[in-house]
Amino acid sequence: MSNGFPHDSVGLVTPQRRAFTEPLELDSGATLDHYELVFETYGELNAARDNAVLICHALSGDHHAAGYHEPGSQRPGWWDNLIGPGRPLDTRRFFVVSPNNLGGCAGSTGPLSINPATAQPYGPDFPFVTVRDWVKTQARLADALGIGCWAAVVGGSLGGMQALQWAVDFPDRVRHALVIAAAAKLTTQNIAFNEVARHAIRSDANFHGGRYFEKGVVPAHGLMLARMLGHITYLSDDVLMSRFGRELRDGKLNFGFDVEFEIESYLRHQGESFVKRFDANTYLLMTKSLDYFDPAANAPDHDLRKALAGASARFLVISFSSDWRFAPARSREIVRALLDADRDVSYVEIESEQGHDSFLLEVPLYHRVLRTYFQQMPIAGAPA
Amino acid sequence: MREEQTLIARWIRNGSRVLDLGCGNGALLAHLKSARGVSGYGIEIDSENIVRCLEAGVNVIQSDLDRGLSDFDDDSFDYVIMTQTLQATRYPDRLLREMLRVGREAIVTFPNFGHWKCRLQVLTGRMPVTRHLPNTWYNTANIHMCTVRDFEALCASEGLEILEREALDSAHRTTAAMRLLPNLLAEIALYRFRRR
Repeated sequence: MSNGFPHDSVGLVTPQRRAFTEPLELDSGATLDHYELVFETYGELNAARDNAVLICHALSGDHHAAGYHEPGSQRPGWWDNLIGPGRPLDTRRFFVVSPNNLGGCAGSTGPLSINPATAQPYGPDFPFVTVRDWVKTQARLADALGIGCWAAVVGGSLGGMQALQWAVDFPDRVRHALVIAAAAKLTTQNIAFNEVARHAIRSDANFHGGRYFEKGVVPAHGLMLARMLGHITYLSDDVLMSRFGRELRDGKLNFGFDVEFEIESYLRHQGESFVKRFDANTYLLMTKSLDYFDPAANAPDHDLRKALAGASARFLVISFSSDWRFAPARSREIVRALLDADRDVSYVEIESEQGHDSFLLEVPLYHRVLRTYFQQMPIAGAPA
Repeated sequence: MREEQTLIARWIRNGSRVLDLGCGNGALLAHLKSARGVSGYGIEIDSENIVRCLEAGVNVIQSDLDRGLSDFDDDSFDYVIMTQTLQATRYPDRLLREMLRVGREAIVTFPNFGHWKCRLQVLTGRMPVTRHLPNTWYNTANIHMCTVRDFEALCASEGLEILEREALDSAHRTTAAMRLLPNLLAEIALYRFRRR
């Protein structure tokens, strides 16, 4: 590969953009008359158009899943270890599409975009978006790209929820749904974490009811707290202990509130760098979308089994042993509903110490499972 | 193994729904899918085996049989199959009950500890090590060995009706003598049974 990127990297990628002018009715009742989605693609769509894979991102992800944006860059996309020529999701065989979700802050229409009604950024006026709304916009993107049916829809965490919703809402447009480190709905504890994160942001003196951009400030402190809290829940107790232990930065106690333990330094760094790349209003929207997720909501008796009865995709459900934010028990609930609904499903619980973050990491067995699963997925042939 | 698969396939109606406990590399399910058009799932605990099942395109659920079959509803399968696994489970009696809770019929195969070679080795004062049971007592996964008579006694006390029995040697062949004296001559026993 040119530019000195690894030979199994997709290399240099350029985001693309599509505008949609058909009004979009959202679950909240609001309507967006016009919106844009930014996305990346890797590999080639084949002549049979049956090798397309949709990547759905999680809370803080975006469309930049693989490859690099600049020559010489050392910072690949967030799921680069999975996607590339010769990697588990092999771009010599598959055409991979990775959009930034509506309401995001990486280029798709969201709180930072200009509201045509006011000629100002939407900010807090951007409508609430749900997983179902995203799936609807992704289906329109598929239409625009000439993709009738995805070979697979893949996602981890909030991304896995989108894969599940796809299988429910568009059963004839998904052949495989890969639902990784996800849940059929958030637990009370999980909603509670999200509420603390939102409260941190909304109570920041610089939040200004979400109109912080008008004052030229950002609620950096609140967003940083939200991210710090998130990070604690994405890792396991064991991995925090083994990575940071009780190491002291200065080698001694200073009896002060500046950074003393290495974990404090790590969390502050994570929080600060997040503030530079993420918008607080988007964070609020994404956590709400997590809380609202409930693919059984429209099914008879609010029964997930009945919601999944119409799905025709084959499912691969994956969880990680040390993930307590989206615990294996939550994945098993999805599996149980699929079994009861007599759907094709395989389930693997991967041993990993890395907690919820495992789904982003190159855990050897996890990647072998994905590689094997993609390899046995039949497609028409080589790219046209 | 292939002969065992063929025998089991003969017992299974076309298009039925099957659960295979301890499904290994998924070969039996793959065979039943192609030979009998069955649908269903394998349950397996070993990661290597799970990857092999995915390779074979077989539905596989990673689960520990010792935790029971609580993920499955009553009467949700036509057959629940368990080949060469019963003796390695922690609670064989409970598992048999579970098999017939979720399935209308059960099929089980296990190594027969009553085979004359095993008996001879026990007579010499040692736990048996045979071609079919290659591990020694301290490193074997087979913690609940039983004989043909033991198994049938358990079925009787659990109120299970044995529908079919097959007696095989380690090459999966059967003879008239083996059928006559299965507890002495069979190395592997196959059963199909249901609740009475």
